[in-house]
Amino acid sequence: MSEQPLIPGWEVVIGLEVHAELATVTKMFSSAPNQFGGEPNTNVDPVSLGLPGSLPVLNERAVELAIRVGLALDCRIQRSVFARKNYFYPDMPKDFQISQYDLPINGVGSLELPDGRRIGIERAHLEEDTGKSTHVGGGGRIHEAGHSLIDYNRSGVPLIEIVSAPDMRGAEDARAYVSELRAILVAIGASDGKMEEGSMRVDCNVSVRREGTTELGTRCEVKNINSLRSMGRAIEYEARRQVDLIESGETVEQQTRHWNEDDGCTHKLRSKEEAYDYRYFPEPDLVPVEPSDEWIAEIRATLPMLPRDRRRRLADVAAVEPSDTALTVERGMDDLAVDTIAAGADAARVLVHVENNLADGAGELTAASFAALVAMETGGDLTATQAKTVLADLVASGGDPTAHAATHGFEAMDTSDLEDLVDRLIAEHPDDWAGFVGGDDRERRKKSGFFVGLVMRATQGQADGRIVNELLARRATE
Amino acid sequence: MSARSTAAAVRAGERSARSVVEEHLAVIDSHEGEIHAFNLVLADEALTRADDLDRRIADGEDPGPLAGVPVALKDNLCTRGIDTTCGSRILEGWRPPYDATVVERLAGAGAVAIGKTNLDEFAMGSSTENSAFGPTRNPLDTSRVPGGSSGGSAAAVAAGFAPLALGSDTGGSIRQPAALCGTVGVKPTYGRVSRYGLVAFGSSLDQIGPFANSVEDAALLLEVIGGHDPRDSTSIPEASPDLLGGLGQGVEGLRIGLISELMGGPDQAASVEGIADDVRARVEQAAEALAAAGATVEHASVPSTIYGLSAYYLIAPAEASSNLARFDGVRFGLRVDADTAAEMNTATRTAGFGDEVKRRIMLGTYALSAGYYDAYYGKSQKVRTLIQQDFARAYESFDLLLSPTAPTTAFPLGDKTGDPMLMYLNDVCTIPSNLAGHPSMSVPFGSGDDGLPVGVQVLAPALAEATMFRAAAVLEEAAP
Repeated sequence: MSEQPLIPGWEVVIGLEVHAELATVTKMFSSAPNQFGGEPNTNVDPVSLGLPGSLPVLNERAVELAIRVGLALDCRIQRSVFARKNYFYPDMPKDFQISQYDLPINGVGSLELPDGRRIGIERAHLEEDTGKSTHVGGGGRIHEAGHSLIDYNRSGVPLIEIVSAPDMRGAEDARAYVSELRAILVAIGASDGKMEEGSMRVDCNVSVRREGTTELGTRCEVKNINSLRSMGRAIEYEARRQVDLIESGETVEQQTRHWNEDDGCTHKLRSKEEAYDYRYFPEPDLVPVEPSDEWIAEIRATLPMLPRDRRRRLADVAAVEPSDTALTVERGMDDLAVDTIAAGADAARVLVHVENNLADGAGELTAASFAALVAMETGGDLTATQAKTVLADLVASGGDPTAHAATHGFEAMDTSDLEDLVDRLIAEHPDDWAGFVGGDDRERRKKSGFFVGLVMRATQGQADGRIVNELLARRATE
Repeated sequence: MSARSTAAAVRAGERSARSVVEEHLAVIDSHEGEIHAFNLVLADEALTRADDLDRRIADGEDPGPLAGVPVALKDNLCTRGIDTTCGSRILEGWRPPYDATVVERLAGAGAVAIGKTNLDEFAMGSSTENSAFGPTRNPLDTSRVPGGSSGGSAAAVAAGFAPLALGSDTGGSIRQPAALCGTVGVKPTYGRVSRYGLVAFGSSLDQIGPFANSVEDAALLLEVIGGHDPRDSTSIPEASPDLLGGLGQGVEGLRIGLISELMGGPDQAASVEGIADDVRARVEQAAEALAAAGATVEHASVPSTIYGLSAYYLIAPAEASSNLARFDGVRFGLRVDADTAAEMNTATRTAGFGDEVKRRIMLGTYALSAGYYDAYYGKSQKVRTLIQQDFARAYESFDLLLSPTAPTTAFPLGDKTGDPMLMYLNDVCTIPSNLAGHPSMSVPFGSGDDGLPVGVQVLAPALAEATMFRAAAVLEEAAP
């Protein structure tokens, strides 16, 4: 599956930098709590405030979670060195950020999308988060604000920055990548992945090139993206902007741009020339991190099944393509589906029910009752409509599908009763029947729908649509 | 009276801690006016603390090996609730909410913090003339500097304001003032003493260490402050070394090398310049004394040490430019208001930092800049590696090395303030140990032609403090 071009004749090239807060109890370099919310400046200590004389001490759990991320993304786990990224910003207490530069903990890897394509991962490194500024007055905009307040609760929260290769070709790809990455991070317990709380943030590197060319265009980095939806909008806006520039004879300048949700545009923050010189150098207050093979193996042993493996497992059991199981896995119902199929249920029906009828969760539904329900349905004891009703009962209160069906008065119609009804309806509607027998495919489908509808009305939905269609077909050839 | 015997008397109940503290406060009272060793004298706090110690001793408690001993603290060591200025306007009035690890360990050993000593601003300097609060004078000749940057601590010990003091040494800031003031000064192995609570200058070089009037007292103080600290990631995972136990063992059988490159003089081809003849003569005399005590003394070569100063003046400022970024007016210390945050940063730093600090921030920022990194910071790291390798090679043949601590005896105030390079040359013999991460110490050994003390530097491989102290004790004994 590859995306329809957003702009005919042009290819959009996207690489993403995703920052995810790691789900540790304490901060990256101190024992202050890592907690969202809370009164401003309560989850702080000398280290997270960058007080003179304070020193960072690496949180082992943050390293472990970073390694989990690396393993889940098939990265090379390597010896890593922390570096100082120097720039002045009021919400960054030391006026440098401890990050990793030329030696990240996780080297190249890849992420598999539900459709089977692989997106390259260039690196996934550890760094610390900054505090948060609130600009008071002037509508919250920094330039018009009367003053700013800074909350350092977030300062020093451990982050993993996952940098993809420029392997995505449109907004859909980007959305699929971020969704999959989020699912992985949540599955392995590395992060809660909440974009709305800012615990997962995405910067997009966007460039365009003429279709058929292979050289990368000049990219712009788009920041301030707060949801999957705005990411898609921002990418589409930015790609069009760049194409418009090139088509009108101008060139794209390498820039950092700011997505504005309100006007739906990206705005220039700074050009390449104005980019910060971060003056990276090895952080002298920390020692290199050299995870042993034994430790890495221990961590690997505790990794849960990843979304891609869940998709494959269900696809094997259900004899479908892995991409057909994506929604079931995303809903976290693949265990239920696998068990239900293992209990003898028809795999296709199971997946249809999960996708169409279990959007709000499986509730009290068990694999056994789900399998029994599907068996009743495929055995002709319940119609699809009835099965959906009983399924809702099972979700709400559990129990036995036979009992629920009986409560509703759902009983399979005797086929001879159904035959009599069909014959009567044919006799009552000779013109429609002629259309069914002699019409083209389209007409035949239309009339079949007409007769099935009449049967359903007459039987108050208890007839099995499949059997009605079989009867109609038989009568037409008689 | 030595710190060790004072503590023994206090622990035995023969002397009260209060009397010890009062005695030192009296000396401070009469001479601090002309010396200016302190930015802050903690008279009331010290007396309260002494009374508390006396009460505990009366209750049968043992406060520890430094019971009742006054210790002066360099004013870049964080003390909870007590001004910690780093000799800078930018931190004036800042009171840390926590104690440095060494301050905690002193308290745990029964010591009494008697004051915060003056220093070159952020420990950048070799004369203590770069303090925003005025210079410290050498107690042996008040027209002369005490050295620096820990000049206040050296002067406090030399003047009898406290038997012990702590300093910090990034390129010689303990050993050089110790030499100029005639005291013992020790820079321990990097990682031996926790840096937690030391306001950073050059993080990969900084070490806290003792000043004392004797080798034995210096050993006692280092034993108390040394040892692993989980709050400093570069802290060596070892207990504090036993130094006092081996002090009397002498140097019989030790191989000691006189570093040719740090001796200067006409017969030394590849050597640093500026080593005064009278200083060189004392160091040679010290070598003879060690030989007389049974050591094998020979010339040693550590060739790349002559590039130490150049490498140091890239590495230390580079780290400093980053370490000092946090003094931005946002959270603590001085703030000079302006329209935007960036303008406020600039105004605050312009007003709050002195010239030498600004010079080093600019130097360091430049050395780390895109396009210059490899030529400056990168190359200086290679020199650092070379120096480490050269030392390693030298220590295959020698147990200890010997050199002058400072090129000259104490020089007059104002003598070198106009020429930063001239001032930097003061640390030419001490810097190599910081770059290597090795311990070294200065021991007073006679005086120069001007009658002012000369310090001899004893250098040792990493973690070999005990051997270093043995040689220092022999030199102390043999000193003219």
